[in-house]
Amino acid sequence: MTTVINFLCAAVLAGTPFLFGTVGEIITERSGNLNLGVEGMMFMGGVAGIAGAYFYEQSAANPIGWVAAIIAVVCSFVCAALGALVYSFLTVTLRANQNVTGLSLTIFGTGFGNFFGEVLGNKAGGYVVVTGQTKEAFSVGIPGLSNIPVVGKLLFSYNFLVYLGILIAVLAAIYFSRTRSGLNLRAVGESPATADAAGINVTKMKYLATCIGGGICGIGGMYIVMVTCSGVWVHNCVNGYGWIAVALVIFATWSPRRALLGSFVFGGLSVLRYYLHLGLNMAQSQMYDVLPYIVTVIVLIVTGIRQSREHAQPASCGINYFREER
Amino acid sequence: MEHEIAISLEGICKSFGSVKANHDVSLEIRRGEVLALLGENGSGKTTLMNMLSGIYYPDEGTIKVNGEEVNIRSPKEAFELGIGMIHQHYKLVEVLTAAENITLGLKGGLTVKRRELVSDIRALTEKYGFELDPTKKIYDMSVSEKQTVEIIKVLYRGADILILDEPTAVLTPQETEKLFAILHNMRDDGKAIVIITHKLNEVMSVSDRVAILRKGEAVATVRTSETDAQTLTDLMVGRKVSLEIERPDVDFEQKDFLKVVDLTCIGAEGHKALDSVSFTLRSGEIMGVAGIAGSGQRELCEAIAGLYPVKGGAILCRSDTSSGEVRENIVGMSPTEIIKKGVAMAFVPEDRLGMGLVASMDMVDNMMLKSYKRGKGPFVDRKAPRAMAERIKDELEVVTPRVTMPVRRLSGGNVQKVLVGREIASSPKVLVVAYPVRGLDINSSYTIYDLLNQQKKKGVAVMFIGEDLDVLMALCDRIMVLCGGRVAGIVDPREVTKDEIGLMMAGERREEEVG
Amino acid sequence: MDKAYKRHEEPLMRITARTDMPAGRAWIIRVLAIVFALIVGGLVILSLGHNPFSVYADMLRGSLATRTARIETVKIAVPLLGTALAITPAFKMKFWNIGAEGQIMAGAIAASYFALYWYKVLPGPLLILVMLVAGAVAGGIWGVIPAIFKAKWGVNETLFTLMFNYIIIGFEKYLQNGPWIEKGTTYPKIATFDQAARLPKVLGVHVGWIAVLVLTVVMFFYLKYTKQGYEISVVGESVRTAQYAGMNVKKVIIRTMIISGVISGIVGFLIVSGANYTLNESTSGGIGFTAISVAWLARLNPFVMIFISAFLAILSKGSNTIQTDFKIPASAAGVLTGIILLCMLGGEFFVNYRLIFRHKKHAELPKGGEEA
Repeated sequence: MTTVINFLCAAVLAGTPFLFGTVGEIITERSGNLNLGVEGMMFMGGVAGIAGAYFYEQSAANPIGWVAAIIAVVCSFVCAALGALVYSFLTVTLRANQNVTGLSLTIFGTGFGNFFGEVLGNKAGGYVVVTGQTKEAFSVGIPGLSNIPVVGKLLFSYNFLVYLGILIAVLAAIYFSRTRSGLNLRAVGESPATADAAGINVTKMKYLATCIGGGICGIGGMYIVMVTCSGVWVHNCVNGYGWIAVALVIFATWSPRRALLGSFVFGGLSVLRYYLHLGLNMAQSQMYDVLPYIVTVIVLIVTGIRQSREHAQPASCGINYFREER
Repeated sequence: MEHEIAISLEGICKSFGSVKANHDVSLEIRRGEVLALLGENGSGKTTLMNMLSGIYYPDEGTIKVNGEEVNIRSPKEAFELGIGMIHQHYKLVEVLTAAENITLGLKGGLTVKRRELVSDIRALTEKYGFELDPTKKIYDMSVSEKQTVEIIKVLYRGADILILDEPTAVLTPQETEKLFAILHNMRDDGKAIVIITHKLNEVMSVSDRVAILRKGEAVATVRTSETDAQTLTDLMVGRKVSLEIERPDVDFEQKDFLKVVDLTCIGAEGHKALDSVSFTLRSGEIMGVAGIAGSGQRELCEAIAGLYPVKGGAILCRSDTSSGEVRENIVGMSPTEIIKKGVAMAFVPEDRLGMGLVASMDMVDNMMLKSYKRGKGPFVDRKAPRAMAERIKDELEVVTPRVTMPVRRLSGGNVQKVLVGREIASSPKVLVVAYPVRGLDINSSYTIYDLLNQQKKKGVAVMFIGEDLDVLMALCDRIMVLCGGRVAGIVDPREVTKDEIGLMMAGERREEEVG
Repeated sequence: MDKAYKRHEEPLMRITARTDMPAGRAWIIRVLAIVFALIVGGLVILSLGHNPFSVYADMLRGSLATRTARIETVKIAVPLLGTALAITPAFKMKFWNIGAEGQIMAGAIAASYFALYWYKVLPGPLLILVMLVAGAVAGGIWGVIPAIFKAKWGVNETLFTLMFNYIIIGFEKYLQNGPWIEKGTTYPKIATFDQAARLPKVLGVHVGWIAVLVLTVVMFFYLKYTKQGYEISVVGESVRTAQYAGMNVKKVIIRTMIISGVISGIVGFLIVSGANYTLNESTSGGIGFTAISVAWLARLNPFVMIFISAFLAILSKGSNTIQTDFKIPASAAGVLTGIILLCMLGGEFFVNYRLIFRHKKHAELPKGGEEA
């Protein structure tokens, strides 16, 4: 029983960075921008998050953990959103190829993260690490409630980023299904010409969705640094999480609700082997890590062959829109 | 009793480059009336209405809505004036429901109140007699349902002046009837309705007044009750223009080259794009194909070239080997095999470069599009294509600094010369040309006509799909008239009048006309 | 009042596509984009308290000044150029193969198999040849699978090839941690290749550099002068036109992706047999992604790719030097490469589009202002 609960908790903790990346990329792709720069934006968010918290700690006389945590969230969001802004400017305004721009953003963001991570480390004398209070802020559950047996551990023991991630996913789901603006965004991603004719500002929607989506991906990167790596900058720490998020978008068939499920399932898969005692050796467990990608390919093939309209990539994804000259 | 004037157009002019689409057009649109805007293809009907819907802005002239002068600069501004236009190509998001499409882009609360929206839409549909489930997704809908969504979209935004561009083009007769009933309901509700069409029978059954446009100018406005199909046709096509196009006679025995038997194809919308089409194409003749846009011309061309799936019937080609009997069915053959049989097609699509030419390639590379496989070895031979490009450039007077210039940088007329020139150069037995003079000036057009005549004299069987009836009548030996995917008749242009062809295009059967 | 002559107000600025930019001017714009990127990069360096000029100069010195440095730089450029060439036919066909990374790995794994288990059986030259063929075949297979799904069922190739990268890299990790683990070590790694499985050197660098240069010329001629190259261009421009011309579009897609995969696989073989002498999870190391930018920015012109990949190799090698000389982290290479790629992507806009500003004479005449 305890093992099961421990496993479920570990699955949620491991799945949260995927959740941020996936929901961020879903919002981006819903606007018709296939941004392959998720990995890069996660790096950018990650390094900006730890840098923000670190500089705050250095400058404040009595740094408070929670303040540092909030600064980290804001910094990671803003920095990754800036990366997405560059992407939007290049693809929406300058009409550059989306695939190539996204990959270039990943190259840039990966370099950016590692570069400033090391610069920061050199400055801090070796490696950069946040204070205990800040680490605490990134690990405590909900006070009081988390002490309830079983339920407390299962529902209330997580750090605040987990709840933030779930909240963002739920809000995104509501946004797409219930709000006027969400409907308009879907129209932009499906058929920009139709949206344009209906009086929707396509350019503005694309910029906004891509930047907000990118910012959310950035928080995912910060989670990896602050929670997964316990507040230390580790070289190459994002290490493919961004690409899994891109895969999860397909797995979740562009729905934030299914992204919630998918992220925690993928998170669960990634920690399952520690709990199941399958007797997997190192090698087999490496093969096991490939499962998510294989599942994703199958989802891709099935949706492709069935030509499912409902669960397919937004129709204009990957294609830049511009109104023909009249 | 005269109805209240909703819109009046005064002296509207609009040019695209050197082409005058509308010249000094004045027109009144009244409430409580259905106005039919009648005219041939290219007579400027859609352009004129696009100036009301905010797509184009007139070069000259005034637009008054409810007596006040207005500037309509965008579709949004048109909506604000209560003008809504339903275009031929629907703009709908496939994965959303009808209701979602209808509310798209509208201002309002933060959330979409689906229940209210749906009941509002239901109220609208009941009021005018539409049949529509607002919760149905667009991709599950028939064409007629999609059209309904477009109309309700416009009504929901409060439009009381509705313009419908060729609304019946893709509808079945039953759906058309229903639509007309609804239009009458809306008219009786006091709305102003404009329907753009070139089908006479529809004009007669739906409209209260008819405005006729010819070559960009408004030639007349008449009450439907005081006119008849014959008068309208006269007004629409005008007097026969005598064109100095040659129609040479050939002095050899004409043989059957291509025999199309009961050809049936299904269109993208699920209707019969071609319905039991049968005809025979003979050597040394130019057979014209007339018909309003979308009557099956494109499908016919592509089916012959092996590019369009054939549902039923046969296309028989004269065989090289035996006694030259026309019995080899090319249906099901690959385009390459059909090219080898000597069937060449030059199709000039609306955007000119969509098919047949590769825009970013130069003339030389475009010359070898169908022949690049010739010769042994893995390499392409550019010598012959280069010589061919040079020859076409000289003979057809293609204006380009050099044959290595990408064709997308050539002007429209020159692009067409390149395309038709290449097809002719492959010395085909059967040559299919579609809209080869589209958008060309007079001189370039004559070059193309001469080319076709030369081919005819050489004994090639030419099929010419055209838009201008005057040209078809002057150039062709026979004219096949298509209407809604069916052959309305095959006539000798020397024996019929333009009016008669016009009536056939508009859906009146030749038998009825004669009998 | 002013009844007649209302003019359509032009917007202040509009954008039109252009196709008439002379090649020379286009390259000037691209060079300007690189210069702009270097300035941006210089500002980053400046913000760290270093003199950008001396840092750039040090990068050049570190990558080109000595023979050893040049050898290292060429070693970096070779797989980059090779992979860019591999991607080119696919991109020319508008098939977005972003799976070169995985195709390299597939080739590397297959080549490594023979290097590790057949070196005693096969004589030297034959071993190398078998490794080459194995790499090519494996890369081709890994490349053709997404192509088949694309051609037959229209499955999105961008995402498909992307996922395939991670599947094959996972497979490599499996081999490295289990079946192929070097005996007698605790750290999971694969043994270093025997001398027999290593590519010979010419002028200090493995013969791969000659191979990719030859391939550059071959690819140029393949695309420009062969029937298959012609088919690729037509399919890339318009599938409808290709069908009209009687081409078998599915066949072209599948064949082209085999070529693309085969070349990537050969690059994988070059990396393990010529440079690393072993296989690990970072054998492809992002080359597949960087190469996409190289190919795209070279406008799919093989000869231009030589310069761009050399340039990026200089950056990469130079960044190692500035790490030791200035204590600037080597990851600066990624930052600079990213900035350059993004700036060049932006620069393409000015090659392909023309900005038209409203002319004064077209502006609406002020009311009653005819006398002006």
